[in-house]
Formats: sequence, structure tokens, C-alpha cells
Amino acid sequence: MSRRLTRKLLPHPMLSTLLVVVWCLLINDLTLGTVVFGAILGILIPISTAAYWPDRPKITRPLRLVSYAMIVIWDIIVANVQVAMIVLFKPNADMSPNWVLIPLDLRTPEAITLLAGTITLTPGTVSTDLSSDGRALLVHALDAPDPDAVRDEIKTRYERRLKEIFE
Amino acid sequence: MIDTVLYGALGAVGLAQLLAMARLVRGPHTGDRILALDTMVINAIGLIILLGMLWGTQIYFESALIFAMLGFVSTVALARFVLRGDIIE
Amino acid sequence: MTDILFLTEILVAALLVIGAVFTLIGSYGLLKLDQPMKRLHAPTKASTLGVGSLLLASMIHGFTSGEASLHELLVMAFLFATAPISGNFIAKVHLHRQRGGKELPAPPSEERWATYSEQ
Repeated sequence: MSRRLTRKLLPHPMLSTLLVVVWCLLINDLTLGTVVFGAILGILIPISTAAYWPDRPKITRPLRLVSYAMIVIWDIIVANVQVAMIVLFKPNADMSPNWVLIPLDLRTPEAITLLAGTITLTPGTVSTDLSSDGRALLVHALDAPDPDAVRDEIKTRYERRLKEIFE
Repeated sequence: MIDTVLYGALGAVGLAQLLAMARLVRGPHTGDRILALDTMVINAIGLIILLGMLWGTQIYFESALIFAMLGFVSTVALARFVLRGDIIE
Repeated sequence: MTDILFLTEILVAALLVIGAVFTLIGSYGLLKLDQPMKRLHAPTKASTLGVGSLLLASMIHGFTSGEASLHELLVMAFLFATAPISGNFIAKVHLHRQRGGKELPAPPSEERWATYSEQ
């Protein structure tokens, strides 16, 4: 009974927390009034939008998300330097842009979204499209003479970790 | 020292804005123009932040946030219009 | 005390230089690269890291000059969350233009790529 009530009042607890934090950052101070008003927004907005978003994303190991974010930020910095070198010093004719096909083991939409976002944020690769049954991702690589290596790296470095987090 | 670096950074980002504008004019496809506009919005956010630092005020923060949101929505709207011939179906 | 101030000043200056250089490289790549799909690579991320470090510089600068604020984090988070989405939409526009064209690898199953199957 009480579980159903909490579920009804707080359909997305993580979204509510995020809304409170964003509200405090927008107002840019941390007084009781701000937090209370943020909490009111954090309760009302998820309830009024719950109809469009019935399922709660299932995250089995949330702590791993932090280490995943660290790895991604580090990769973004390293790969940014690499892409900058390619853009600055490599003539257009020497680059070998390639399409990379990534068969997906992930099934939940949240995990696939996160993987596609990670691929786009790490320079050198852009996730372009998903097959209509959601089982393969089409990725464009800026300079990849060997598309299979890119596929294996994405699968071992990002997809395996996401699979641990979400499944 | 900071002021000198700030002027240099303003020059560099302004130059970046001009380069993106050149791509906007040259095209050749619609996708390139949308990408150039998206880049110009991001560069404009950088310019606003730099100006806010130079003049030592916080009031430019709101405009940077609005630029970020408006830029994202307009990029998606333009791309959707090209893809589907309609924005909200 | 002055040492710490001096060090943060150097940090802010370094972040500003990094941010400005990466923003410039992003736009330069936008102009230099010769194929539409290649062009997508330069600006969408170089600019994200560029503006990201400019925002970080502004945040640290705010802490030293007494107007401490964290709300630059909001712009940064928003940019990092939306950059992949707009990049994906622009890539879809390119795919749409070369519909029925060459060299795209086919998905492993019988299905087609999502951009081509919705009609």
C-alpha cells in the first residue's frame, strides 16, 4: 500500500533530485526557501509528466556510473587532442573516413542512448543511426583505416561497462 | 594577466565565429548549413562567457543559458523539418 | 595567500587558452574538411570541450574574485547532454540526402536503418 503510494507520489525519484539540484543552481543560492520550492517543483513535474514516461529506468549498479563518467571525460580530453592533430596536420586526401557497424548487446533504450551519446562525445566517432529493430548501431569514424578495431574498442571499453551498470 | 589572455581568447573565438560563418555561406548542402549554425551558437556562448568575465558581471550567464537552449531547439527543429517536412506532427 | 591567487590565475589563463584554441580548431575543421560526414566531427566535440573549459575558467575566476557561483555547471551539463542529440540529427539529415546511395553497410538482420524505414 505505502509502496504504491510512494510510487504514485514519486514516480521518478532520480528526476526529482535532479530538478531540485537544477533549481538551486538556477537561483544560485542554497537557502531553505529555494530548496523547499525546488522540492515542490521536483514533486509536481514528475507527477504531471508521468503519463508520458511510465517506466522507471533500471540501474543495478549506480556507483559504476561515476567511474564510467570519469573514463568518458578522460577519453574526451585525450581524443580531442588526437582529432585536433588530425584536423590541423593531416591533408584531406590522407584521411580514411569509414562507416563502422556495431552489433548491440544492450537492450534497454536508456543504455543504448547513453552508448550512442558516449560515442558521439568522444571525438573521431559519431553515432549516426540505429537499425529499426534496435540491434545495431551505425557509426561514422573520421580517420579509421581499420573499422573492426574501432568496433572492438567501443564494445570492450564502453558497451561492456554499460551492460554491467544497466543489466 | 587575465585581461590580456581574455582579449586573446575573444579574438580567437571571434575568428572561429567568422570561419563558421564562411561555412554557412558556402554550404553546399542544407546539413552543412545547419551544422554551421549550430557551431555558431556554441561559439556565441563562448563569446558571452568571455565578455562576462571581462566585465566582471554575472548577468550574462542567463543569456548564455538561453542561447544554449534556443540553439539546441532550433537545430533539432531545422533538422526535423528537413527530415520529415514537418516539425510537430 | 598571494601564491594561491597567482596559481589560480595561471590555471584560469591556461583554461582560457585551451578553450579558445579548441573552439578555433573546431571551426577551422568545419571549414577545412571536404566531405559532409567528416565535417560533423570537428565542431560538435572540439566546441564542446572548448566551451567547457571556457566555462570552467569562468567558474574558477568567479571563486577568486569573490562572486562564487556554480551555475556555469548548468550550461556545461546542458551542452554535454544536447551535443550528441543535435549531432545525431544532423547526421540523419546527411543520410537522408544520400538516400539509396552507395557504401553504407547493411544492418546484420533483415531490418533497415531507422532513418530509411520511417516514411
